[in-house]
Amino acid sequence: MSTALESTESKASSHSVKGRSRGPRGPRENVMSRTVAMVIMGAFTLYFLVPIWWLVIAGSKDTGSILTTNPLWFADFQMFQNIGNLFAYRDGVYLEWLRNSALYAGVGGAVATLLAGMCGYALAKYRFRGREMIFNAVLGGVLVPATALALPLFLIFSKVELTNTFWAVFLPSIVSPFGVYLTRIFAASSVSDELLEAARLDGAGEVRTFFTVSIKLMSPALITVFLFQFVTIWNNFFLPLIMLRDESLFPVTFGLYSWNTQLNQIPELRSLVLIGALISIIPLIVAFLSLQKFWRSGLSAGAVK
Amino acid sequence: MSATQTLPSAPKRAAKRTPHKRAIAIFVAPFAVLFILFYLLPIGYAIRQSLLVVERDGTFGAPTEVFGGLSQYALVFKDNAFIDSLGRMLAFGAVQVPVMLGLALVFALLLDSPLLRGKRFFRLAFFVPYAVPGVIAAIMWGNLFSPRLSPFKALTSNVDFLGADLVLWSIANVVTWVFVGYNMLIIYSALLSIPTETYEAARMDGAGQFRIAWSIKIPLVRPAIVLTAVFSIIGTLQLLAEPQVFQSFSSAVTSSFTPNMTVYATASVPNSNLAAAMSVVLALITFVLSFSFLKFTQRKEAR
Repeated sequence: MSTALESTESKASSHSVKGRSRGPRGPRENVMSRTVAMVIMGAFTLYFLVPIWWLVIAGSKDTGSILTTNPLWFADFQMFQNIGNLFAYRDGVYLEWLRNSALYAGVGGAVATLLAGMCGYALAKYRFRGREMIFNAVLGGVLVPATALALPLFLIFSKVELTNTFWAVFLPSIVSPFGVYLTRIFAASSVSDELLEAARLDGAGEVRTFFTVSIKLMSPALITVFLFQFVTIWNNFFLPLIMLRDESLFPVTFGLYSWNTQLNQIPELRSLVLIGALISIIPLIVAFLSLQKFWRSGLSAGAVK
Repeated sequence: MSATQTLPSAPKRAAKRTPHKRAIAIFVAPFAVLFILFYLLPIGYAIRQSLLVVERDGTFGAPTEVFGGLSQYALVFKDNAFIDSLGRMLAFGAVQVPVMLGLALVFALLLDSPLLRGKRFFRLAFFVPYAVPGVIAAIMWGNLFSPRLSPFKALTSNVDFLGADLVLWSIANVVTWVFVGYNMLIIYSALLSIPTETYEAARMDGAGQFRIAWSIKIPLVRPAIVLTAVFSIIGTLQLLAEPQVFQSFSSAVTSSFTPNMTVYATASVPNSNLAAAMSVVLALITFVLSFSFLKFTQRKEAR
């Protein structure tokens, strides 16, 4: 984390130098502008963080006091009891959902990243027939809205009787055209041809060179692709909605959605929905904040080109 | 880009001379096969299904699918629920996308200006909502908007955020809350890559931060803004999870509130041929909108 911050700060260091050098030159950026800027940012900090704070508080209360006590401050600290109830409810179906999400998004994201990385690398580093055609098809794929695929995928999967299975959600998730696009751009600039020639002279095979040398050079792009694919799969809603009936196959977001729809019949589910929501966002926040050095450099590579 | 160099050579010779053929196949084939199976095949299948109609022999006869030309498409454009949902999303996008990107741009410019302290904190705080899935964000805001649970009862008991008039904009708020920080970071990354010398001269001439931002920084980060706009347009037309969740909080969200909800509702009837035609129409509209937006902004840039 500290290295991540250092690297972004060094990028921004030219700015801070500029800011300092202005100091003695008089009050161009006067107190007024500074105050307005801080007030704007402060107000929006509240906008972005208060809902999360509210969720933390709600997760610490039982169903009764969620409705009756101050929603923005602790009343009876019941968080651990709530977590216990959550994990025990219906034989731990919530834990099953967490595991499913980890498999769909974690394993699916990793496989998607590897496949996209290999393809993007080949498109960047080798010349072969059909290369441009493949890249153009991939670019078109980036623009195809994923939800447009959900219905036809359902119709196809029901032909081969794969709906309502793990594979119905997993298999479509391991294809990432955006990943191919980003890794191609990144590989073109970060893996030098001289290096590949040197590896060839040493007698290393092409595939081996990729897995031992190139993959390391491409790691910022690969981590970016993994994170964004992870989030895409974790957040995917249409595919589980249309494919899955069996509760034990749900990813956690879809499971919480299904509980939320039952609130009118089973009001005591409310505290479980809220603590479940809180627990489910923690892995994502931690992953994003701890890996930000990598995905930010990958993001800027994608945005600039 | 390098296509012009490889293409002119005679295909046969080029194929023979391609070195490392086996490695290329190993690298490309897995993705290519899956891309065909889970991207191209579904698109083709959706188009095929959309061209079929179900016919029955008499009222109780077995249904058979026969070629119906574009008749499903005629039905799509006569389907009021679908057209309404499309119009609703266009109105949504026309307001929500500029507001969200305007905020993201202002935040990014402030982060890039010397006016702020604690930039790292703001950057992280504004980005945290992006880690919250749409479903969860909608559950959170659904509670925050509800008159019974909200911490802001004084407001929510007087203004019906979940009623027919405002619920669309309450959903817009959820989407904005999740995505502002993400778009802010994309624009901010672009700002960081501008060399400081670019506005050194303007500063010497006495230009203030606002003037520098308006005349120098914003034109230079245009590509990043266009990129975020295209992704936002695509995202808007695909909206599904947030309104679907809001159905639990608001009776004003119908099962055909957004185009994708209409597709899902139509497919569950079940009328998969009509739903397939809707999917195709929606994908085409998305493509045309994002593509013409790109072209439009590029032409303006060239001028």
